[in-house]
Amino acid sequence: MPQEAQKEKSMILQKEMINGLFDELEKAKETGKKVCYTFVPGNLSELIRTFDMLPVYPEINALQSAMRKKSGAYIKEAEKNAHSEDVCTYVKCDVGMMLKGNIGPTGQKIPEPDILLLSYTGCFTFMKWFETLKREYPNAEVIMLHTPYQENGEIRPEMTEYMVKQLREEAIPKMEKISGVKFDEEKLKKHLKLAKEAQDWITKIFETTKHRPSPIDAYFAGVYYIGPINIGFRGTQEAVDYYKELYSEIQERIDLGLGPITPEGEMKEEKYRLVVEGPPNWTSFREFWKIFYDMGAVIVASSYTKVGGVYDMGWRHDPERPLESLAEYCMNCYTNLNIPQRIDLLSKCIQDYHADGYVTNSIKSCNSFSAGQLGMMREIEDRLEIPVGFIESDLVDPRYFSYSNIKNRLESFFQMLEQRKIITATEEVV
Amino acid sequence: MKAIRELIAECSTQAFDLHFTRAKEWKAEKEGRVVVGYMPIYFPREIIHAAGALPVGIFGGGDRKQVIKGDAYYQSYICRIPRSIMELVLDKHTAHFDGYIFPSICDVIRNLSGIFKQQKIGKFVKYMDFPQNFLPEIGGVYYQQEMAHVLKYIKDLNGVEVTTDALNHSIGLYNKNRELIELIYHIRQEFPWRLSIEDVYHVIRAGTVIPVEEHNDILKQVCAHIQQDIGKPQDKIKVVISGAFCEQPSIGLIRAIEEAGCYVVDDDYMLGSRMIMGPVDPDTDNPLEAIASAYIRQSQYSSSIYDVHDPKELRLAKIVKDRGADGVIFASASFCDPSLLDAPIFQNAFDRMGIRYMAFQFSENINQFKVIKEQVGAFSDSIKLWDEEPIVI
Ligand code: SF4
Ligand code: SF4
Repeated sequence: MPQEAQKEKSMILQKEMINGLFDELEKAKETGKKVCYTFVPGNLSELIRTFDMLPVYPEINALQSAMRKKSGAYIKEAEKNAHSEDVCTYVKCDVGMMLKGNIGPTGQKIPEPDILLLSYTGCFTFMKWFETLKREYPNAEVIMLHTPYQENGEIRPEMTEYMVKQLREEAIPKMEKISGVKFDEEKLKKHLKLAKEAQDWITKIFETTKHRPSPIDAYFAGVYYIGPINIGFRGTQEAVDYYKELYSEIQERIDLGLGPITPEGEMKEEKYRLVVEGPPNWTSFREFWKIFYDMGAVIVASSYTKVGGVYDMGWRHDPERPLESLAEYCMNCYTNLNIPQRIDLLSKCIQDYHADGYVTNSIKSCNSFSAGQLGMMREIEDRLEIPVGFIESDLVDPRYFSYSNIKNRLESFFQMLEQRKIITATEEVV
Repeated sequence: MKAIRELIAECSTQAFDLHFTRAKEWKAEKEGRVVVGYMPIYFPREIIHAAGALPVGIFGGGDRKQVIKGDAYYQSYICRIPRSIMELVLDKHTAHFDGYIFPSICDVIRNLSGIFKQQKIGKFVKYMDFPQNFLPEIGGVYYQQEMAHVLKYIKDLNGVEVTTDALNHSIGLYNKNRELIELIYHIRQEFPWRLSIEDVYHVIRAGTVIPVEEHNDILKQVCAHIQQDIGKPQDKIKVVISGAFCEQPSIGLIRAIEEAGCYVVDDDYMLGSRMIMGPVDPDTDNPLEAIASAYIRQSQYSSSIYDVHDPKELRLAKIVKDRGADGVIFASASFCDPSLLDAPIFQNAFDRMGIRYMAFQFSENINQFKVIKEQVGAFSDSIKLWDEEPIVI
């Protein structure tokens, strides 16, 4: 991890949490803990914990495989097995990993699922992914939790009712059956209370980018910060402690007037503040980041850090309405928002965080994010009269990361930003 | 009764009328009429009909509409249909449409609904979230609420409060429509030479853009014709086409498959018109519940419906068996995630079951398909040369 060199306490905490989870997963057979595969958007961490189950996130395994340069081989393995070149590469990476023995990112074997919990939120591919997994793990119990899309930019009461009924009448009874643990609403409420606390902290953390210089990069470092809250620790004291610690470290940077930490140390001069739409590329993550920090560009907000939940508009889990709250959480995840909502949210970020520009990293194999991004970009450009940049890459398929193309495009974009700065400065003088 | 060629000619004109002229005429016949466009795959057109409106299918521009503006909305790695739909809309082909419905089939169609909303295209835009929960008291209820939402949009435009009688009447008309379409497939299963798949396609697609009453009339006549011993059999294998349920192959490609030696005895080109298998109960006090119940219990398999309780590979294998087909051709639109992600599931299962298949990808605008035709020809030849092997399901 980039910040490891700095040995911040929060980094150590995070590492311990993640390693602990993989250790537990490795020992799941012996300990008898049940294993629940699920996805980051719409993840029901608190509910999974209520049943003492262990979560596995196939997307996280895929992105970790990419950062460890293993995804290319996994994808080829899946393509040998009739998977098309043109579909979501997370799926192929996961399938390839499974075909090659299901050895997870820490080198430990990932146990087979007892439950495939498809909380079908914001991405159609999730459904196809679990249909594929179900064929590989025929004994796993499948729970489909259909999350209605916010097609009209709203959560209508019947949408919540629909989800609550699914939770109450399908998901919970199946989880009880498989885990052997009776549903304990009080326990769920306790987890939801802790989830709310973690959400408060992470919101404060991402708000620190309002400072100049921004003490953090909300995209390239942000993807690490969202780790604990997205991969099963939301709803735990550990997550709250982690975010508290992280916040105090960031606060320290603010007090000292420091900019973000990059893999090559602290960023010295903040020249451009950007908002980014779309997930990052994982196969060349460092090279990708370097293009930005070399130019003095810091990302002050990103949509990707909201895939596992949008908290900065004030929404929180509510222990007093446990199931309704789980339902609303799912419906509020970023890719479950409609295109006008996504535009509004990004526009608000640009304004609130005083961004100089807007960049779309369009992912070749992710329709959930990518379809519609060009229209969104045009609307944001018109609405805010802000320079916009557009680059293309992929999540975990190394064949689709063209360093020179991306660099060229970004260089033109930065030139545009520079030009704009000069014009604005001149106007201010006049 | 009109001659079969005359009927087909009428249908082919309607099917590919990208100006949706019949809908325009229908709307002009009476003040206040409402036209509602719907995208693939399936939408319960009965409810639009019962609300006094006309449902019109929008299946993209195919190879008949040059896309220029639409390309500005979509990256090269996204299928073609959303950009050609944008082109049609921006060029005002659908200026007489009042509302648009986007059934929940994939993220591309879903996000296209957002672009329509953003651009304020039409008087209403509804992304129709079909339930993925198949319990009548959960998913079924939600589906009824979604339908009620659509009806409210229409009522806001034409003031029509839908009655139980009107809904039951419309259900009856669409039951007839599907029954006649299935009769065509039923006859063709044994006598595929009586009506080419190209003609079948024209006839069914025409039904998506004209009033159902007119379509039923055409279907009755077509069925009467093909119940006669017309045409001459040729030495061709029988295949089922799967995977082309949204973006449509050009008619030339549809034709080429048969010309290359394959009678197409079933397909999912116009899946939406055939989605519900068997009649919806036309005589209940709660017709929306009847429609929901039919969707839950009688839907054809589809890439957009979570299938874990009723695996699609077994369902397609059953179609192959029931139709007496020799194999399957998987035809997926390029970059179509739902279709392409299903391919390994089907193909791995068919390898085990011994069902022969081939696969290709297409775009709606390709009209050069020499390579595909050769591949289909080779597939047909190889099957003719193979020994008969039983299909294990
Ligand atoms: S399509 Fe996009 S959102 Fe969906 S699983 Fe793939 S990467 Fe994730
Ligand atoms: S062709 Fe496939 S990916 Fe494209 S809109 Fe249709 S279903 Fe979606």
